Amino acid sequence: MRRGNTPLLIFILVLFGFCLWVIWPGNGIFGRNEFTLGLDLKGGSHLVYSIDLSKKDPAQSDADVIDGVKQKIERRVNAYGVTEPIVQTIRNERGSFVLVQLPGVKDIDQALKLIGQTAELDFRELMIDSSGKAVLDENGKEQWTIAKAKGSDGQERELAGKYLKPNAQVNLTQQTNEPEVAFEWNSEGAVLFEQVTQRNLQKPLGIFLDNQLISAPTVQAVIKEKGVITGLNLDEARTLAIQLNSGSLDVPLALVERRDIGATLGEDSLKKSLMAGIIGSAMVVLFMIAYYRFSGLMACLALVVFVVLNLAIFKLIPVVLTLPGIAGFIVSIGMGVDGNVLVAERLKEELRRGRTLGAAIEEGFRQSWSAIFDANVTVFIACAVLYWLGNTFGNFLVIGFATTLFIGTALSMFTQVVVTRTFLRTVVGLGMAKSPGAYGVAKQ
Amino acid sequence: MIDLVGKRNWFFLISAIVIIPGIISLAVFGLKPGVDFSSGTAMTLNFDKEVELSQLRQELTDLGYDRAVVQPAGEGEFFIRLPEISAEETTKLKGSLETGLDTTITVSSLYSVSPIVAAGTVRNTIIAVVVASIGILLYISWAFRKMPKPLRWGTCAVIALMHDLVVVIAVFSILGWAAGMEVDALFVTGVLAVVGVSVNNIVVVFDRIRENLKRGVSRDFEVIANYGIVESLGRSLNTGLATLFVIVALYLLGGVTTHTLVLALMIGIATGIYSSLCIAGQLLVVWEKGLSSRKKIATSTA
Repeated sequence: MRRGNTPLLIFILVLFGFCLWVIWPGNGIFGRNEFTLGLDLKGGSHLVYSIDLSKKDPAQSDADVIDGVKQKIERRVNAYGVTEPIVQTIRNERGSFVLVQLPGVKDIDQALKLIGQTAELDFRELMIDSSGKAVLDENGKEQWTIAKAKGSDGQERELAGKYLKPNAQVNLTQQTNEPEVAFEWNSEGAVLFEQVTQRNLQKPLGIFLDNQLISAPTVQAVIKEKGVITGLNLDEARTLAIQLNSGSLDVPLALVERRDIGATLGEDSLKKSLMAGIIGSAMVVLFMIAYYRFSGLMACLALVVFVVLNLAIFKLIPVVLTLPGIAGFIVSIGMGVDGNVLVAERLKEELRRGRTLGAAIEEGFRQSWSAIFDANVTVFIACAVLYWLGNTFGNFLVIGFATTLFIGTALSMFTQVVVTRTFLRTVVGLGMAKSPGAYGVAKQ
Repeated sequence: MIDLVGKRNWFFLISAIVIIPGIISLAVFGLKPGVDFSSGTAMTLNFDKEVELSQLRQELTDLGYDRAVVQPAGEGEFFIRLPEISAEETTKLKGSLETGLDTTITVSSLYSVSPIVAAGTVRNTIIAVVVASIGILLYISWAFRKMPKPLRWGTCAVIALMHDLVVVIAVFSILGWAAGMEVDALFVTGVLAVVGVSVNNIVVVFDRIRENLKRGVSRDFEVIANYGIVESLGRSLNTGLATLFVIVALYLLGGVTTHTLVLALMIGIATGIYSSLCIAGQLLVVWEKGLSSRKKIATSTA
């Protein structure tokens, strides 16, 4: 046995043991106790909205608007109760986008309303003509105008949702059990609201959300701080409360991409992929052992180390596992034998040329290294391009494949060379498997 | 020793038989773009009771979606493809179908892409393919820097690579009109992965030919090339087989989401094995000696 082989063997075994412990369900370090599953495996919704910057206030910078949209959507999504949502902004030559992932969300329609609405709340008064009658439009509907009042600094201001404290909540009215959203004004809002209610005593006050009338209660008394909004069903009331607390968006959003995956579909896909992986790997193992005998067996042991190390990396980084990602990993298992095949073929050649087993192993690895390295460079190039491609259009499926194939290929270079060689040196050192026939070389 | 180089014209013929109809199909029908590239809304609907395909088609036409493409996707399951519709329209469509067909529908998956995103995806895909090609070309010129005529080796590798890609794309084109197979972002992913894997097979074979050239195995380049190819046979076939085992398992058992990716990989890797053993090295020989077949096969030096 070569000097340095025993420490290496011990290192590999310790690393293997540690990784095996890590991938066991519930185990992990840095709080990474479970694998991170992508949306296609958990089920949920992947939404991309374009941010209409043409509608922004010219005083604001693009970056501020985009950042504001992102923060408000984050608040909305968090308040909605989605576990581990993802909110990201994408800027490219086609515009600015915000990507939202909602794993495990059940009522997607409700979530779409919650996120996509600008949620601009304002209060409006009936337009009255000089004779004191309500102004009607051509359809005979009352016309409303946004209620304005003098602010604390004497400036005229519109009574709108931005003067609300972020503590709106949904209550059920005691009499009718109908949902209502209770809100509270901040000091500026209270100044405005007092004047508006004063002016509109015994008159209706229209409450508008994104220019849609949601209710028009009659003002019964002068109110300063508090109020309620009725006329909504429970879901709508909840959504509105969240939106009021998160703040309205400065610009409108348009849904440009939507991908929903049912939870059962995700679970089913995961099981199928795992089954495919197990059966595929089993065939590789059988094939390698049947064809390369003893070095095939060593390659398979190295493959087991590869799989365990790779899974541990997935868990610890953590890599978001998607279906294409799992496919990439499984493909890397298949391609991962490439190095072993190259080495085993060289080994057979060297043995046929009459070298001793130890010398043949060293020569086999020495000769194969450049081929193994060169061959993987092309895979790395492809992965890098794919990773970029996936990122430019926020396609988590493409990113998933590129990531796992890259990790798998890089790691397999290590296991193919270091792990297999250490195993082979160890057995040779122990004096096992001496016959060339054990390496698939026919007896002369 | 098997003479793989001597039979080169047969191999070229086999490739032509596959590629020419494929190119015709590509020219006539092109590829069938999925929603990623063409925009639209695609849904998989699960019905809780038996629904006939014709019933569903009729219902969709009645609702004004006469451009809908409907395909059965399994037990009580249908795949529907429409021009892009909004979230509100989607909810309404589901409701109308439920009333019209008197059943409960679960939308097990939905994918909707607007034209602005689709246009960007097309553009980025083109950029990615160009960048990957440049990257691979740079790599090839680097990998063959020690060869006697690097440009010649590089060109043959690129032709063999193109061969693989054309086969993959052509098969998808044929499947497009024959079986409604659409290409999506994952298909592109598969194609780019094939580029990576395919070049590496060619490099391994060329590496062997170069080694034999250096060792001076024979004066005849044809013999040298054949040695290199035959010596790579075991490695190329075995690695290829091992990879194909897992890919076939994924294709058969792995579910529909990744079908285009896995199918592109499967065709690409199988073709890659063939082209690295039967096309790439043979092209080198053709460049050296012309198309005519060798009269006598030199096997005595084995």
